[in-house]
Amino acid sequence: MPTAAPIEVRGLVKRYGEILAVDHVDLTVEPGDVFGYLGPNGAGKTTSLRMMLGLIRPNEGSVRLFGRDPQLGVAALEGVAGFVEAPAFYPYLSGRENLRLCAALDGGGAAERIDEVLEIVELRGRGKDRVGGYSHGMRQRLGIASALLRRPRLLLLDEPATGLDPGGMRDMRELIRDLAARGITVLLSSHLLVEVEELCNRVAIVRSGRVVYEGLLADLRDRAGVSYLLRTGDDALARRVCAAQAGIDEVHEAHPGGLLFRASGERAVGELSLALAESGAPVLELTPRQASLEDLFFQLTEGDGAAAGAARMAAAAEELA
Amino acid sequence: MPRVLTVYRWELRKLRAQKRTYLGLGAAAAVPIIFVTALAIRNGEPRDVAFGRYVHDTGLAIPLVLLLFGSVWLFPLITALVAGDIVAAEDRDRTLKTILTRSVERQQVFAAKALAAASYAIAAIALSGAVALAAGILASGFNPIVTLSGTRVSASHGLALVGASLLVYLLPILAVACIGLLFSTVFRNSAAAIVGTLMFSLLLQLIGILPGLGGLQPYLLSTQFQAWQGFLRVPVDWAPILRALWVCALYAVPALLVAAIVFLRRDVAGE
Repeated sequence: MPTAAPIEVRGLVKRYGEILAVDHVDLTVEPGDVFGYLGPNGAGKTTSLRMMLGLIRPNEGSVRLFGRDPQLGVAALEGVAGFVEAPAFYPYLSGRENLRLCAALDGGGAAERIDEVLEIVELRGRGKDRVGGYSHGMRQRLGIASALLRRPRLLLLDEPATGLDPGGMRDMRELIRDLAARGITVLLSSHLLVEVEELCNRVAIVRSGRVVYEGLLADLRDRAGVSYLLRTGDDALARRVCAAQAGIDEVHEAHPGGLLFRASGERAVGELSLALAESGAPVLELTPRQASLEDLFFQLTEGDGAAAGAARMAAAAEELA
Repeated sequence: MPRVLTVYRWELRKLRAQKRTYLGLGAAAAVPIIFVTALAIRNGEPRDVAFGRYVHDTGLAIPLVLLLFGSVWLFPLITALVAGDIVAAEDRDRTLKTILTRSVERQQVFAAKALAAASYAIAAIALSGAVALAAGILASGFNPIVTLSGTRVSASHGLALVGASLLVYLLPILAVACIGLLFSTVFRNSAAAIVGTLMFSLLLQLIGILPGLGGLQPYLLSTQFQAWQGFLRVPVDWAPILRALWVCALYAVPALLVAAIVFLRRDVAGE
């Protein structure tokens, strides 16, 4: 008998009046995944996570965590832990007392793991201090510690590196990598591309509450193909030549200078270089550029200017599915 | 039930760690001491209230006079300090999401919070009563007391009557706690809930003195703060005490139910 997926979301909708915060989201997180839930601020990531943890009710659709519905009670959260937005604790209690409280609410042997989890997040020396005096990074780490008390099989982390300094971000990534290596399935909500690129094997990219891509990160990159950077002595002329050239499309300005375009193949690029020479636009640089996650992210999440890219990505996603 | 007790113990622990708890309990203990000290210094007596004329004859009169004075705003305010904060503080600190993603159900968390708010109110009244008795006995002695019927009862009998009076006084206090809990749950703001609870209590007292609304008096929560006087009559007048039971329930139960429904159904979003 197949075991239920750690997270299975189907047709999830959340409306706040006229605003559609989450728009028919479908997601499947498989065991062992470090799943990036990627989108710009306000895309509906946190709202989705809140519904996954049973904190808010969906208007439509369903969430299943290991096959159980979190709306029906906390039994569905067995083996599940995490936090949404910044982890929050009682500022007038110490870090250790906050963990004791969490452990008491969890029951079982959670209280016996307090020292262990404080050690993992390197807060053992500050456990007796009141949380009110903790830095943002320490609270984030305490959030991870409180999640680990539950011995989770699934960890849902919402922007865990937000507000951390570069060293704190690096430590947080190492911690997540370490937890994943221990076999914990992780759903990592983030708008930090580097974080997702470094940690995740699968991603869902969300835009305006809607998932525009779900699948392997590697597949997303492969399907995105290669673009070319062209620098010439006369970009305006080069742009006209590109526009007239068969097999060349999606021509746009590159930063800090030059043009970026896509080509149907290397033959089309060769023909373009000849056409440019004939037109009198001197070619200074013509190099292939592998699309970065950032390129893909912006293509999928930005407005109409990137509509063609988004459509292509969506088509790619459909193919992958 | 064991889960409720676990959460309840932690609610008490949280109360012990907060200044507002000691502010309320401190006031509950300080007011009787200030009152007795003022009486000793001025050597006067509040003759216009029941038992006021006996404050220099017996310490047993002190808690009874304080019950009358305290019902206007002191005890409702002390009660509201915690009841109005107990859910709203979780919104302020954004900690509801922390506790509601552990292995406890929302109804268990709510029940524990209601129990903790009630426990605090009971502790405040008990503390105030005990301090008032101790200070009164120190200042005026442990002597027999004259009841509202004019009969004199022994000091030990009087002590039992004071104890019973405090118990009956808890009925409207617990109703105020339930209203505070409701406001705390609905407003999600401590200050609004505390002020709202106090305003509600004062409003009922205002209605009680408005001309033409005398018919409402027996059913006002504020009136139930006098129900304990039934014990200080000979024989005991049970009518106001029994009425206090159901009238207070009439205020407390709907408030508690609405608060519970709101708490169980609310979205815990990041507002």
